[in-house]
Amino acid sequence: MSRPFPHRHLLGIEYLDRADIEQVLDLAETFLEINERAIKKVPTLRGRTVFNLFLEPSTRTRTSFEIAAKRLSAEAVNISGSTSSATKGETLIDTVKNLDAMSADVIVVRHGASGAAELVAKNVNAAVINAGDGTHEHPSQALLDAFTIRAHKKSFEGLEVAIIGDIAHSRVARSDLFCLAKLGANVRLCAPSTLMPLGITKILPPELASRLTVHSRVEHALEGADVVMMLRIQAERLSGAGFFPTTREYSRTFGLNRKRVELAKSDAIVMHPGPINRGVELEAEVADGTRSVVLDQVKRGVAVRMALLYLLGVSGLPHDEGWPPS
Amino acid sequence: MTDALVLRRVRAVDPSLALDAEVDIVIERGRIARIGPDAGAALLKSERVRVVELDGALVLPGLIDLHAHVREPGQEYKEDVRSGLAAAAAGGFVDICVMPNTKPVNDTRAITEMLVAKAKNIGGTRLHPIGAITVGLKGEKLAEMADMRDAGAVGVSDDGRCVMSSAVMRRALEYASTFGMPVIQHCEDHTLTEGAQVHEGAVSTKLGLRGWPRVAEDIIVARDVLLTEYTGARYHVAHVSTYGAVRILREAKHRGIAVTAEVTPHHLLLTHERVLGYDTACKVNPPLREDEDVEALRGALADGTIDCIATDHAPHSSLEKDCEFSEAAPGMIGLELCVPLLLGLVKAGAFPMARFVDALTAAPAKIVGLDRPTLREGARADLVLIDTKAKYVIDPSRMRTKGRNTPFTGVPVEGRVALTVAAGQIIHEAFA
Repeated sequence: MSRPFPHRHLLGIEYLDRADIEQVLDLAETFLEINERAIKKVPTLRGRTVFNLFLEPSTRTRTSFEIAAKRLSAEAVNISGSTSSATKGETLIDTVKNLDAMSADVIVVRHGASGAAELVAKNVNAAVINAGDGTHEHPSQALLDAFTIRAHKKSFEGLEVAIIGDIAHSRVARSDLFCLAKLGANVRLCAPSTLMPLGITKILPPELASRLTVHSRVEHALEGADVVMMLRIQAERLSGAGFFPTTREYSRTFGLNRKRVELAKSDAIVMHPGPINRGVELEAEVADGTRSVVLDQVKRGVAVRMALLYLLGVSGLPHDEGWPPS
Repeated sequence: MTDALVLRRVRAVDPSLALDAEVDIVIERGRIARIGPDAGAALLKSERVRVVELDGALVLPGLIDLHAHVREPGQEYKEDVRSGLAAAAAGGFVDICVMPNTKPVNDTRAITEMLVAKAKNIGGTRLHPIGAITVGLKGEKLAEMADMRDAGAVGVSDDGRCVMSSAVMRRALEYASTFGMPVIQHCEDHTLTEGAQVHEGAVSTKLGLRGWPRVAEDIIVARDVLLTEYTGARYHVAHVSTYGAVRILREAKHRGIAVTAEVTPHHLLLTHERVLGYDTACKVNPPLREDEDVEALRGALADGTIDCIATDHAPHSSLEKDCEFSEAAPGMIGLELCVPLLLGLVKAGAFPMARFVDALTAAPAKIVGLDRPTLREGARADLVLIDTKAKYVIDPSRMRTKGRNTPFTGVPVEGRVALTVAAGQIIHEAFA
């Protein structure tokens, strides 16, 4: 573990290079084993303080970070609230400066506004981990997705990954796109045109641009895919003019069912960042089927977040200290 | 106390007189007494004469800004009439038109009168209110335009909001034309920009911010051009930002429809990539767009499709800018940045000097019916002297405006407004 992690914060996969991503995944591999033990705890981050500042509802991600911190013996403090302007009193900057004044080592932040994690990072001394900011990025999710894919597939090189659903409003889609393209996979994004954001083909660095293709027919996206990632469709996208007419029609045209999944390779895996809308984007039989690795994603998420807390939480100390975890 | 001011051996540019020459300008009793080569020579020895002689001095007619926000009444912590007029004078402006989206909205004679009276009392740059088109900027009921005109309003606008209803816009054009007032539209189809933060494109997608598509501007410009043709009224497009709007305007002017338009310095200079990193100083409405838009805007300003330059000076405090991008208020300051920033573009050949001057003097004067500032003998002495050799770095903390919200902080520029004269009075002076 001689290579120091070259970032003080984790704000988005956009800012990482391939070696950084692989460093996180390699480290997560070693943490995976701790989660299998009877006593799932190591003293690595003893005395460190991790604030989980979740200003948008979340169960899975918050719990995953909390468990990751606790298994590394850090003090995990959870703060939840709402960022809706109606309930807004203190500014975000004031809130995080207060946490910083309590000598936070890591602030994990989930916020409804895109760019919120970056704003926090600019205002604190603590390391900041973006646990999802608006419709921008969700880097720890992308890392756990990559970690899961790596466990099931030999290599990312040339791997065909279909990401299907609400690309426009998905921070997971953006982070996954950056992450998988950087690791060498080909990414196929698929959505009705209303949910495919303008300029999506221009967001990757030029040398990776050829790894992205955009599809409006789900059959084309699925054909020969190694990995199928389904994104959650939110009911509120139906309000106003609406991005699609009904969930019924969405499910029929873009949902993944037993028949459609056969278009992918015979050993293709099915993923979902959760929470699943059963019967909308994912048929229950597929979600629970043999190809589904949804729960493996959750399990590996804890190990990835342990790796992140370790890499970012031991600032000011040589990265060898506290290693190997015993 | 001096009787006369002599601007010695300056380059004077006034396209309305086809003037671009080295001259002396003698200002006496509020007027330009003499202008011409060596016209001030006889006065140089007099004790009661002030002589300004500066290498690289450029003198233009006093500038006019059609579009500024001075935030009074209601948001004096951002700007007030006094600081706004000081900023205007420091920017070389002798006349500014102030937008009605204050708190409360300037949709009545009382507020128009208050602004006019207050500004007169302060002196310096002259202030001309723009009244609201509709009561409360709601886009529903026409405001009392005739009353506001009698109190000094020179045009009407719901700036910040677009008059969405075609029926209301038609009546607004007809009614305003009754009193000879232009209707100034903030062109934004709000149904296409709900929650919009930045230009819709690769940057909005990368940052995960709701996009403001070009077409939301183009649709309104196109509709309003048709309504203007139909009603025979006078129509002015505020802060044009898209190449599509430029195309529609060019065609409308070609067909002789009475449309005019303005462009801001920031839309002539910046593109949406500047928002990367969530810099709230770059959040502005309409948003910063792409290279092809900037190119079209520069071309349109050069060929006169876009008549004038307006700053859209929009001061905000840190309360509105040091926050999440989606919570931040749109706008940037402009009054004191316009000349130094745009002189750079003139120098780079984006548009000729004569067009630059016309776009800040005669063109806006005509649109709102103000006296045209000119460097003619006998004319009211409204002029600005620019030290074109002054090199410095933009620093908002040294400005007169209360606003610090600009993405141009730290940018090196050439050209400083050294002297602003309104009706013969020096209203700003900043020699190095």
